[in-house]
Amino acid sequence: MLSIRVSLVATLVATPIAVATAWLLARRDFWGKSFLDAVVHLPLVLPPVVTGYLLLLTFGRRGAVGQWLAEFGIVFAFRWTGAALACGVMAFPLLVRPIRLSIEAVDQRLEQAAATLGAAPWRVFFSITLPLALPGVVAGMMLGFAKAIGEFGATITFVSNIPGETQTISAAIYTLTQTPDGDAGAMRLVVVSIVISTVALVASEVLARRAGQRLHGL
Amino acid sequence: MLRIDVEKQLGGFALRAAFESDARVIGLFGPSGSGKTTLVNMIAGLLNPDRGIVAIDDDRLDDTEAGICVPTHLRRIGYVFQDARLFPHLSVMQNLDYGRRMNRLARDAAEETRIVDLLDIGHLLARRTGKLSGGERQRIALGRALLSRPRLLLLDEPLGALDEARKAEILPYLVRLRDEAAVPMVYVSHDAEEMRQVATDVALFARGRIAAFGDAGILTQAGARQV
Repeated sequence: MLSIRVSLVATLVATPIAVATAWLLARRDFWGKSFLDAVVHLPLVLPPVVTGYLLLLTFGRRGAVGQWLAEFGIVFAFRWTGAALACGVMAFPLLVRPIRLSIEAVDQRLEQAAATLGAAPWRVFFSITLPLALPGVVAGMMLGFAKAIGEFGATITFVSNIPGETQTISAAIYTLTQTPDGDAGAMRLVVVSIVISTVALVASEVLARRAGQRLHGL
Repeated sequence: MLRIDVEKQLGGFALRAAFESDARVIGLFGPSGSGKTTLVNMIAGLLNPDRGIVAIDDDRLDDTEAGICVPTHLRRIGYVFQDARLFPHLSVMQNLDYGRRMNRLARDAAEETRIVDLLDIGHLLARRTGKLSGGERQRIALGRALLSRPRLLLLDEPLGALDEARKAEILPYLVRLRDEAAVPMVYVSHDAEEMRQVATDVALFARGRIAAFGDAGILTQAGARQV
């Protein structure tokens, strides 16, 4: 199922970047922090079509980054990878927010204790901060995945609606509703998308609860 | 030998402290807000002095004039906090082992056994930290700090959060630790009786200054004044 692959890849690739960004926003003070914060949230407030168009301008075949990447054989335009990029960008703010909140909620006194036990800052992050922020990371990934599955505007603008290559489930449903006699097919896909979303929701709930128990040392 | 000569301004509070001691347990004694914890945080490198020197033997950890400021994780100074600060996502055993792992030290089963026995925590190793009593938590925090093999151990009111019965439970362990472990300690407390039992040298703190420094005997006069 193309949609699932696109969304999974988008979420998995975006998560480490989102964690790094969330950590910067939560724990560091630096020049341009509010600017970074604003940029991260842009895809949330911009019309998706605008984001898709900007992606097309940047990562398209003639785009500055797109041209450069094409030399290495990496092409986004009108490929499923492009759909994943669009989904990842659209999902990014939804990933960052809960992760940032959960990092902020990690007790910095525990991080201090880890440092006195000889842990360098990056080891403190991986052995203390990240495990304790895990429920937020899971919640963020869930939200991001759901957003990626449902993403429509930016994807269709950036990589169009090519069956088998960039036609995600939302785009397919849209196409079917535009064709005569498409209702049955659309209905099938609607059911599929409801199932996917529900499974993702339940899975994240279970994972978050387990992580929460670990957090309280039970 | 611990050598301190530091100044630090924190808002309206000014700390100035200087002493040298090679006592096995240096007590920092005084009312809360007199600067004891600030000084201990500075020794640990969690706070940096505005001016001055913190040194163990000939190794300068802070020297503002020479621009030296060793980060906390490289100081090899253990710290037992008043609130234990056990890692909730790790088991007791993993908590104890944390310092060894972070310092990439070889496993030393004999030392582990010795400290686990010294603190009587063998029956807790497989437990998670959530349901431990305050006294148990504090003993594990103590073991965790010791097993990171520090060259100095800081104890900031380690009994402060415990009731009298629990205090009486832990105090003998601290005395045992002083007599058996080779690591020197800095012990913070506002309890004169506790201090008298544990400390060999005592610095009396009052409003960010060291009012007196000497052996545990100076507590008698000070204790009387405080009560």
